[in-house]
Amino acid sequence: MNAVAEKLPLARARRFARGALADRLFKGLAWLMAVSVFVLILLIGYELAHGSNLALRKFGWHFLISSDWDPVNEQFGALPFIFGTLVSSLVALLIAVPLSIATAVFLTEIAPNWVRQILTTFIELLAAVPSVILGLWGIFVMVPWLRENLFPWLRQWLGFLPLFRGPIYGVSLLAGGIIIAVMILPIITSVSREILRSVPGLQREAAYALGATRWEVTRIAVLSYAKKGLFGAMILGLGRALGETMAVLMVIGNRPQIVASLFAPGATLATAVANEFTEATTDIYLNALFEIGLVLLGVTVLVNGLAQLLLKAVAGPANAQQ
Amino acid sequence: MLMTIEPEKLRPGNPMVAPRPALPRDKASAPAERGQSAVSTRELSIFFGQNQVLKQVNLEVSAKAVTAIIGPSGCGKSTFLRALNRMHDLVPIARVQGQVRLFGEDIYGPQVEAVQIRRRIGMVFQKYNPFPTMSIGDNVTVGLRLNGLSKRAALTERTEQALTMAALWDEVKDRLDAPAVSLSGGQQQRLCIARALAVQPEVILMDEPASALDPLATARIEDLILELKKNYTIIIVTHNMQQAARISDETAFFYLGQLVEFGATSKLFTNPSKKQTEDYVTGRFG
Amino acid sequence: MPALHHYRRRKFVNALMQVVTCVCALLVVVPLCLVFYHVLKLGLGSVNWAFFTQLPKPVGEAGGGMANAIVGTFELLGLAALIGVPVGVLGGIYLSEYGSARLNWAIRFAADVLNGVPSIIWGMVVWALVVVPLKTFSALAGGIVLGMMMIPLIMRTTEEVLRLVPNGYREAALALGIPQWRTIVQIVVRTALKGIATGVLLAVARVSGETAPLLFTAFGNRYWNHHLSEPIAALPLQIFNYAISAYEDWIRQAWAGALVLLLFVAIINVSVRVLTRDKLARGG
Repeated sequence: MNAVAEKLPLARARRFARGALADRLFKGLAWLMAVSVFVLILLIGYELAHGSNLALRKFGWHFLISSDWDPVNEQFGALPFIFGTLVSSLVALLIAVPLSIATAVFLTEIAPNWVRQILTTFIELLAAVPSVILGLWGIFVMVPWLRENLFPWLRQWLGFLPLFRGPIYGVSLLAGGIIIAVMILPIITSVSREILRSVPGLQREAAYALGATRWEVTRIAVLSYAKKGLFGAMILGLGRALGETMAVLMVIGNRPQIVASLFAPGATLATAVANEFTEATTDIYLNALFEIGLVLLGVTVLVNGLAQLLLKAVAGPANAQQ
Repeated sequence: MLMTIEPEKLRPGNPMVAPRPALPRDKASAPAERGQSAVSTRELSIFFGQNQVLKQVNLEVSAKAVTAIIGPSGCGKSTFLRALNRMHDLVPIARVQGQVRLFGEDIYGPQVEAVQIRRRIGMVFQKYNPFPTMSIGDNVTVGLRLNGLSKRAALTERTEQALTMAALWDEVKDRLDAPAVSLSGGQQQRLCIARALAVQPEVILMDEPASALDPLATARIEDLILELKKNYTIIIVTHNMQQAARISDETAFFYLGQLVEFGATSKLFTNPSKKQTEDYVTGRFG
Repeated sequence: MPALHHYRRRKFVNALMQVVTCVCALLVVVPLCLVFYHVLKLGLGSVNWAFFTQLPKPVGEAGGGMANAIVGTFELLGLAALIGVPVGVLGGIYLSEYGSARLNWAIRFAADVLNGVPSIIWGMVVWALVVVPLKTFSALAGGIVLGMMMIPLIMRTTEEVLRLVPNGYREAALALGIPQWRTIVQIVVRTALKGIATGVLLAVARVSGETAPLLFTAFGNRYWNHHLSEPIAALPLQIFNYAISAYEDWIRQAWAGALVLLLFVAIINVSVRVLTRDKLARGG
């Protein structure tokens, strides 16, 4: 055996060892990047908890049930913002969910292929519109129109309800709800579409074979089958609604208050932070805002978590039944 | 064409329940007799896009008998079956040419609506598909409720009828409210049969109804079919030649989209006229 | 005949629901059309050479532009990509190629949670992490917050795309003796490169429009940014500040800025759709 051949196994072994090392390094690097998500979550939780420390200690549960938001006297109660968030999100859901599900039904069961593609493009474009641009349009186009047209009409016909009484400024909880609805329409529609698409074709065929019309097939075989998933889509929309900031900020009026009228200006947890953060001069003020952030984060994570659970529960059995 | 309800099912004081909707051209005729032509096709061709899947099929299916459709995979059996209740209407690229007549009426005629045809022709699928969000009882009555029958007494009665005819009543009579998916595979398929029977169709189409079931359940389905043929016209697609030989009166052999041979089952299996038929039934290809 | 009336009613309901769902679908599309229409109508006239090259004029003076905001946005996006792309892509690689089922499930769950965190909260957190220690608003903080927001997005899209690469490629490479890391980088990732790139593009488009997190990180700047540790102007920030101001000229420029931003985002989204259209069979 000559000298070269003698060295070969060693060289190969060295190369192999280097290769193994490189493999381990790469995998370790990838692992590090992947678990960064845990780090980020911990970071967010920590910073919010730490930053709201003072307020947590000073106000305790009172923070959530007091409606006294008074930076001057250092009294902070977040109820008006919780109220605003709940009301605007509820209004948004009431508008967006029926529209989205109906649209999803149209896209999956009724629309011809070319219509479907065009509409889908439009809806994805709507999803991509930045919040601030919607807000800009909201301030200068939507709100004046609401003030001149829809709101007076509502007051005229539905004014017997306390919801639709009171002075009309344009900027209002209702405007906030409407703009949020516009923003969550795409996500609810696309998730609902996926849910409806996953209904097995065999179910539809069973209904058709019984002599059902297309709508009856949709009602019996598709919508009932997809109930749980559609509910999950709705909760997902709610999760998105809770966190919207900029567009809401621009049309809601930014007045922390709890009133029965939808025409009244209001404020949400997210808009409170956006509005007042740079003006928070004292520590306790800043802490209170951080606590609002903590509440917002908690609610959003819970709602989104619930939505994911519901949607994954539907996706699992659906895949199995195919 | 008005269909009669079996007189023994009428109870005093109970108005005729769920009379079936008439086709626009109303024509009184006698109830189906054995030997009459229930379904007939003339020069039936089906295209999926550019692909011709069925080629000029001429077939006459006798009433109150079991007709089996056999042939190797891809020969067009299911496509043919689905043309009989206009299921291809749901497929955009499908094109149907030729005529299909149900007791003399052209089901693809300009005035005829698919929804009404499908009420008169029931279908049982290869994979049982009861509606999972409904109970057993609701699954049976869904077709009736769609057609406007809402009186609870009538619905209960029809449920029992249909489940009895499907040989399922004894097994489920105590748990009609249980979810349909809690039944076994064979039971679910019989439930689907009951669901189809409840609307009192004239013809029942079955697309390999037992292929997803174990031998015991398959045997029960076959017994059921033999019972049902006393009152219904049954057309069954099957890839199982023995099954065709067991239960059918007449058999049609399809190959590559064409009807090769059609005749009495006993003759087709023992003394076929065409060589292709003979090759298939003796297992030379499949 | 009762059954015939009933049938006619069923047909009517069927037709009615078709109309209703169609109308709903149109209603969903209407806001988008209106937004595009108004942004075009009110912004087009103000998008001129000055808009792209000049700095904002002081309050009250007409004219000026958003040059610093536009450049600032690109600077922030570049910084964000520096953080978001490596972490996101490598993390996505881990999820697709390595890891145990449980760990990966937890990582995905965490990524989904992060995707749901309101953007204003991201802003608060990075404010506490970067702005406070540096005692100044900064481009660095803005880049970091946008980058962090990109991480879970890119991670998920990368993972999805990598999963689509047929296993046969990996097996063939490994069987040839190519080390795993090389297999992943040179074969799997390269095959999926287009998909990964579109995922990155979409994430960039998504964060380019974010305003809330920049409110107290980048903060905005009336002048050019010269250093990472200085505040920096960004297009969405500028649009917001102008929009809520009381000056007509600024509002006019806000529309122009909105047009530029909207076109930027729309073009990226549409091109991504066009690029991926032949890849994915979409139906139903």
